[in-house]
Amino acid sequence: MGVKLLLDKANVPGIRTYEVYRREGGYRSVEKALKEMTTDAIVEEVKKSGLRGRGGAGFPTGMKWSFIAKPEGVPRHLVCNADESEPGTFKDRYLMEFIPHLLIEGLIVSSYALGSNDTYIYIRGEYAWITDILEEAINEAKAAGWLGKNILGTGFECNIHVQRGGGAYICGEETALIESLEGKRGNPRIKPPFPAIQGLWMRPTVVNNVETLAAVVPIINMGGEEYAKIGVGKSTGTKLISACGNINKPGVYEIDMTISVEEFIYSDEYCGGIKDGKKLKACIPGGSSVPILPANLLLKTAKGETRYMNYESLSDGGFATGSMLGSGGFIVLDEDQCIVKNTYTLARFYRHESCGQCSPCREGTGWMEKILHKIETGKGEMSDIDLLWDIQRKIEGNTICPLGDAAAWPVAAAIRHFRDEFEWHVNNPELAQTSNFGLQHYADPIHVPA
Amino acid sequence: MSEQTLFKVTVDGITIEVPAGTTILQAARQIGGEVAPPAMCYYSKLKGSGGKCRTCLVEVAKGSEKDPRPMPKLVASCRTTVMDGMEVKNITSEKVLDARAGVVEFLLLNHPLDCPICDQAGECHLQDLSFDHGKSKTRFEFQKRTFKKHDLGKNIQLHMTRCILCYRCVFTADQLTNKRVHGILDRGDHAEIATHIEKSLDNEFIGNVIDVCPVGALTDKTFRFKNRVWFLKPMDAHRDCPTCSGRVTLWNRGDEVYRVTARKDEWGEIEDTPDGEPGWICNTCRFDKKNASDWVIEGPREISRASVISQGHYSGKVGTTKPTETFLAVNGGRAPHLLMDIHDESEVNQQNIHLGQIQGPSHGDTFNKIENAS
Repeated sequence: MGVKLLLDKANVPGIRTYEVYRREGGYRSVEKALKEMTTDAIVEEVKKSGLRGRGGAGFPTGMKWSFIAKPEGVPRHLVCNADESEPGTFKDRYLMEFIPHLLIEGLIVSSYALGSNDTYIYIRGEYAWITDILEEAINEAKAAGWLGKNILGTGFECNIHVQRGGGAYICGEETALIESLEGKRGNPRIKPPFPAIQGLWMRPTVVNNVETLAAVVPIINMGGEEYAKIGVGKSTGTKLISACGNINKPGVYEIDMTISVEEFIYSDEYCGGIKDGKKLKACIPGGSSVPILPANLLLKTAKGETRYMNYESLSDGGFATGSMLGSGGFIVLDEDQCIVKNTYTLARFYRHESCGQCSPCREGTGWMEKILHKIETGKGEMSDIDLLWDIQRKIEGNTICPLGDAAAWPVAAAIRHFRDEFEWHVNNPELAQTSNFGLQHYADPIHVPA
Repeated sequence: MSEQTLFKVTVDGITIEVPAGTTILQAARQIGGEVAPPAMCYYSKLKGSGGKCRTCLVEVAKGSEKDPRPMPKLVASCRTTVMDGMEVKNITSEKVLDARAGVVEFLLLNHPLDCPICDQAGECHLQDLSFDHGKSKTRFEFQKRTFKKHDLGKNIQLHMTRCILCYRCVFTADQLTNKRVHGILDRGDHAEIATHIEKSLDNEFIGNVIDVCPVGALTDKTFRFKNRVWFLKPMDAHRDCPTCSGRVTLWNRGDEVYRVTARKDEWGEIEDTPDGEPGWICNTCRFDKKNASDWVIEGPREISRASVISQGHYSGKVGTTKPTETFLAVNGGRAPHLLMDIHDESEVNQQNIHLGQIQGPSHGDTFNKIENAS
């Protein structure tokens, strides 16, 4: 059993309500932070904890907080990014749905640390029912005196507003989120200026993921140094992983980043192995935009070392032989899955979600989708594979926001690791419609634990 | 007046000093020529424009004097301000040229390439861009996206199929006019320019969206299919207009005024008026004043030698005006026959002299000597 910090009380009946949450030790961190700590001390504590942004990029949270500009007389804002739309990622939904007060608690402490009197939760439009849950939790917290004016008699005022998005993936990008929150079209802004200088309504703003803000609660409760002892290296603390795909036990798991990928997939505590006793073919370990890895590179790095579920180990080998922990959307593919079809599905998603602001992403994502559809339906040519590679290369790094990269990486990784499967599709167009390439790919036999 | 801090910036090996806050693109434009990156969406007169088309991407090889690290990615030069000691690579960078070729390919992907019937042809920025950086063949083999044509008011037609979504017209409608009725609907490659629920654009200055459009997506309905721009003579003209500066370019054929546009500078942007304001023109000037008698004509408009509009005109000015400089004036009063006699005077034609011994070509002194002697 690994350490659990966020979900340890998730199974307590009625934890969604304020009474039960408070009885189980909730809102202790608010008392501690507001009464005993200065704002700088909280930021320092978060820095010490080594907490990294849980939204995907893994940027150190404490450092992000220390960047916020503090001009005299200008309000600052904290925005919680709950626009969780990455295919395969559903950890924030679980957290908000079952322990909403944990997020509220983290938001109050973080708002205090950053000096934000008006804090916003920007929630994905499709999470309509969670909006209600959050609003109820906010009302309960307000009634109990944790929100509003003069919290705990310290004079600190904090209000939390929940804003529903319109169902656009792009609004998960922090500047697009800010635009959308302002009531505009959700187009990412051109940086600089960064939100820490000019964000929401041109005021200094910090945008953090739901899980990041929830993790502030255990950090304050146990202290940053204690928190940093959990995990390994620069991957401190615990991480929520939403596992899905061809596994026996899909769901949200809290891991302490010291377990191996193999253990995570095959142990009964977590995914419980591949469904129907099939073999593992590939895995997208961090949400749809990170590079896909074939089984042999997933369980062991190119150097032959065991791969662990943490930021460093999963990105070992760069994009050539590694991937990313990303947002923790762990998608497992068994031997019956077709990589071409999978890549086409992802390309279709990114084409649909591109905001259309900058040309490489707007035109490139559509083009990639069309070519992948052509290969998938058996009309592909060998030159199409090279063309795909060239297109993704010209999108990556040349766009305003990371959506271009996110669209390019899955295609690049699929071609890099599964080129022979693409070629098989081109060479056997009719066979590819009815049967599957399976596991022919691997030069080395796949290691499957007994 | 406080003194402005000047930053040294080097673009493609050419160093220039510019005030702090200048963008890389503006600095490169001050150097001019090929060093200036192309820009399809950036428009210096429109606040907030730029950063979208990605044609102006450049490589920053050295961030600044203080922090000499290169920037990891190519940056949009139109939205990146210079730092002291910054070194920028534009056409000297393989990476930039590769990325730019990619962007041109992306921009042309869904562009109909109907230049033969497009009114913008001849003054189209996308044409220039693909001529400079594009390839002659496409790798796109699918159906292009198309849209229906829309009328935005009685004088402007929107042909979305040609649009490259530069957002210039959106910024124009936002900043030049009071109502926010012009914007983008939908997203991705099916995004389109649209007005607020079929409302027409009826603002006094809305015609300027035609001038800012880099392609033929927004066209002047009073000019559509009337003529090719390179058959027209652009003339600078003005009139006493109560709403705008009244400083325009007339596009004539014979005595007939075919269209009226604002005056554009060498970057295709609207010129400033003498008092430093952008020279936007009003709809009355643009659409309604189509008689030469409405205007005071100042003279032919300067058009770049590289432009198809100036083809066949030697002086760089357009039109059939007689050259003011005669041959005699150019030649210092000498009759042309002396020039024709060049070979008789030249040592080259003297058989007894070995070609390798010639000091240099004959020049003015040689001729003058002979003229004085005769």
